Amino acid sequence: MHMAAKGKVVGIISNLVVVEATDAVAQNEICFIKVDDEQLMAEVIKVIGKSVYVQVFESTRGMKIGNDVEFAGHMLEVTLGPGILSKNYDGLQNDLDKMEGVFLKRGDYTFPLDHDKEWDFKPLAKPGDTVQAGSWLGEVDENFQPHKIMVPFVFEGTYTVKSVTEAGKYKIADTMAILVNSKGEEIPVTMMQKWPVKKAITAYKEKPRPFKLLETGVRTIDTINPIVEGGTGFIPGPFGTGKTVLQHAISKQAEADIVVIAACGERANEVVEIFTEFPELVDPHTGRKLTERTTIIANTSNMPVAAREASVYTAMTISEYYRSMGLRVLMMADSTSRWAQALREMSNRLEELPGPDAFPMDLPAIISNFYARAGYVYLNNGKPGSITFIGTVSPAGGNLKEPVTESTKKAARCFYALQQSRADGKRYPAINPIESYSKYLEYPEFEEYIAERINDQWLGKINEMKTLLQRGLEVSEQINILGDDGVSVDYHVRFWKSEVIDFVILQQDAFDSIDAVTSLERQEYMVNKVMDLCHMEYTFDSFAEVGPYFKRVINLLRQMNYSEFKSEKFYNYEKELKETLTEVTV
Amino acid sequence: MATKAFQKIFTKITQITKATVSLQADGVGYGELATIQGQLAQVVKIIGDEVTLQVFGGTEGIPTNAEVIFLGGAPTLKVSDQLAGRFFNAFGKPIDGGPEIDGTVVEIGGPSVNPVRRKQPSELIATGIAGIDLNNTLVSGQKIPFFADPDQPFNQVMANVALRAKADKIILGGMGLTNDDYLYFKQVFDNAGALDRIISFVNTTENPPVERLLVPDMALTAAEYFAVEKNESVLVLLTDMTLYADALSIVSNRMDQIPSKDSMPGSLYSDLAKIYEKAVQLPDGGSITIIAVTTLSGGDITHAIPDNTGYITEGQLFLRSDSDVGKVIVDPFRSLSRLKQLVIGKKTRKDHPQVMNAAVRLYADAANARTKMENGFDLSDYDERSLAFAKDYSSDILAIDVNIGTEEMLDQTWKLLGKHFKKEEVGIREEFVKEYWTEQE
Repeated sequence: MHMAAKGKVVGIISNLVVVEATDAVAQNEICFIKVDDEQLMAEVIKVIGKSVYVQVFESTRGMKIGNDVEFAGHMLEVTLGPGILSKNYDGLQNDLDKMEGVFLKRGDYTFPLDHDKEWDFKPLAKPGDTVQAGSWLGEVDENFQPHKIMVPFVFEGTYTVKSVTEAGKYKIADTMAILVNSKGEEIPVTMMQKWPVKKAITAYKEKPRPFKLLETGVRTIDTINPIVEGGTGFIPGPFGTGKTVLQHAISKQAEADIVVIAACGERANEVVEIFTEFPELVDPHTGRKLTERTTIIANTSNMPVAAREASVYTAMTISEYYRSMGLRVLMMADSTSRWAQALREMSNRLEELPGPDAFPMDLPAIISNFYARAGYVYLNNGKPGSITFIGTVSPAGGNLKEPVTESTKKAARCFYALQQSRADGKRYPAINPIESYSKYLEYPEFEEYIAERINDQWLGKINEMKTLLQRGLEVSEQINILGDDGVSVDYHVRFWKSEVIDFVILQQDAFDSIDAVTSLERQEYMVNKVMDLCHMEYTFDSFAEVGPYFKRVINLLRQMNYSEFKSEKFYNYEKELKETLTEVTV
Repeated sequence: MATKAFQKIFTKITQITKATVSLQADGVGYGELATIQGQLAQVVKIIGDEVTLQVFGGTEGIPTNAEVIFLGGAPTLKVSDQLAGRFFNAFGKPIDGGPEIDGTVVEIGGPSVNPVRRKQPSELIATGIAGIDLNNTLVSGQKIPFFADPDQPFNQVMANVALRAKADKIILGGMGLTNDDYLYFKQVFDNAGALDRIISFVNTTENPPVERLLVPDMALTAAEYFAVEKNESVLVLLTDMTLYADALSIVSNRMDQIPSKDSMPGSLYSDLAKIYEKAVQLPDGGSITIIAVTTLSGGDITHAIPDNTGYITEGQLFLRSDSDVGKVIVDPFRSLSRLKQLVIGKKTRKDHPQVMNAAVRLYADAANARTKMENGFDLSDYDERSLAFAKDYSSDILAIDVNIGTEEMLDQTWKLLGKHFKKEEVGIREEFVKEYWTEQE
């Protein structure tokens, strides 16, 4: 970049520090401020004349005017290489497990990878190959994933491979290949590389519209509003509506190769839950432990605010790294509102003119740029890779008209609105089926894919189901206005059909070992069952018979949901259901 | 905080507002404590040689030539076993007439626990109140506030919970407590013979509001001593956090910060999180559990203070009066304990989760029936039954005066279900219905 400058502290307002620099500095350059015997990391966020404004990633307690500052000559970077999976990092990619003591120590920065670990290397490229940034030179086995050793992303132009190290066990700092650039200079490549987190890694050929269903095992997502590999979605919801439970369910069950979780400004105990459960839980698709495919970036709400902002970028860069290996990555960020709040705190200290709700004016642009880093790509070698990104939003006061929700709505393609009244009625997951949407349902590419995967009537069925839910809602509003006997018995039947869909398809018990995860096959089976039932004609003498009857039907279908798929118990309930249906159908 | 010989004295005050004082000084550390004519103050901003101090007691009567002495560090508390049984003010000075404390000097508001060192909370805290134990079970290491209007008896409920909770230490952080409530706590703890395991840091309405900002950090620094050094289970009571947040907004206003929602500072979330996240289950067995009070205005939980709190804490306990039964109840819809899943059905009977959910769902049906009734419609037989159930459920289970064991709560709920509903109406797994259903006429 340039010669690293030095400087001295001239002003301190909480974690915003003003530094007078001796030389040129760059926007977003990293610097270290010396306070007693600690070096505190900070990032340049504004420069006016000789005054350089930096946000410090730590508490500034005890910092004094005149403290020495050393600039690093680069932006905030992460170190990429084998060994990232199963790690628990803070927002700046410090390995939390390497830190000593119960409490975090200010200025304690730890190396994110392991220098001494040996990896089983297999060469993929051969001498004479022409390569570019992101080209695969070889691979090592990382938790049963083929971890590619790539040409570093910072390399510009094309190179010729001079040599690739032969198969064997190597450490991350060993030279794995020697490349020759256009000037004939030899450049060694190791298993490690660095990348500035705020820049997107674009070492791929093209980014088509995503189309492949990403199975999550959550019925109200997969069936009603599916997300796709490389898709984007967001989950806004007031507190207590089940955001965290839903997010954990998705990260446990989704059919992804790699899961990156950014716990951004949320509760520490929620991360502890992941730390405790994931080593025990099994990936339903591969049968291996969930920790093996997961990396956690934990910058909980009590950790420094500026590092909170960095945490989502750190997580995204790690996701991009694994996507470049041709893997399916799922990234979850909980919550993007806390990230936006971190931006707001800084903007406020910088005394910038505020936008709506005191958020910075460029918030919508920052959010949409971030979501744009997800996606399905074809790499330069033609292989696909994807980052599916799902962010949660914590709207202030549960109001979906607030700036973070509105900005995110413009950027994300799936919208899973958690509804307070559904949560109050314990109708979990509390995703409102009518207001929520998945734009992917409108993609012809997806239509084609799902017709192949399930059948060509599937989307029609789902649309009909949504119509029935909508009708049920209308009827229930009419009953509220006109009274039970103010509408015809048919209306009651219509209402109860929508309740069957709600109770059997939409609602799902995330804490029940069987109901928690539903395979696509099972979802199809239950949807068919429920829709057949909705297509039947029913005869009742009075409206008073309708509710009790359908409650019995719902009860049997739910018992099916609670039973092992296609088990004897499952079929027994199904048989009982069949008998119940013959009572009143024509 | 005695004056030491080498301390520099400054007298050039350049600016005085209602809560802050600025002066020219050098060699000052950020967050450092100072005295201005004996009044305690803390550094909140340094630009070149201009230092701005937040004055805890307010700036009334401070002259421009006042003596400002910097004390060389952030606010501290002396911690030792001598804290037990004592009452302190927001600065950690005894207010019970007893002697000063001997102990290790610790900076308050210290660092966070490394998340990978935390243990998952797993110890159930029984309170005897079914609205809590059955529907919103508390777990040690949890942080949870009562959301209540100012006329609800939240301090009484909190005192009950504290005394029944079997904690090794109970630490009360009182912010803007009325003198009456302060004496109430003192008396209740005294009558229970529990005074020796209680430590109080109290800021009453008679003290300046900005002083309150120190209370949670004082209480939690003491809590960390007992939880980390002594491996004790510590319960911290913070009342009223709304008044704490109000003090934050006073200071940020005086510092010309741009307010965000409801005139609160933009950093409210982080400020509250720093306090609540001190709740922890430690690896060596100690724990800090925080039960707080956030008073609401007219039940409005969308206000910035309860709203931000709700996103930080692990649930909330919502108190409201039920006029049908004439009792204060723990509202099952708006209350939530996020950590209950760690203990219910595991440390309690297997049917607990299903019974809890079924009863709340049926209670919701009763709410719908009530709407129908209020709109003047005929009620179905089911509506009538659910309304009758709601009444029994409210007075026998949800009311805050209930004091029974968890098994009894479950049996009692099964009884109510059997009294008012048919088996297929409750939607509980068949194996539990078989075991616990009691048919009644």
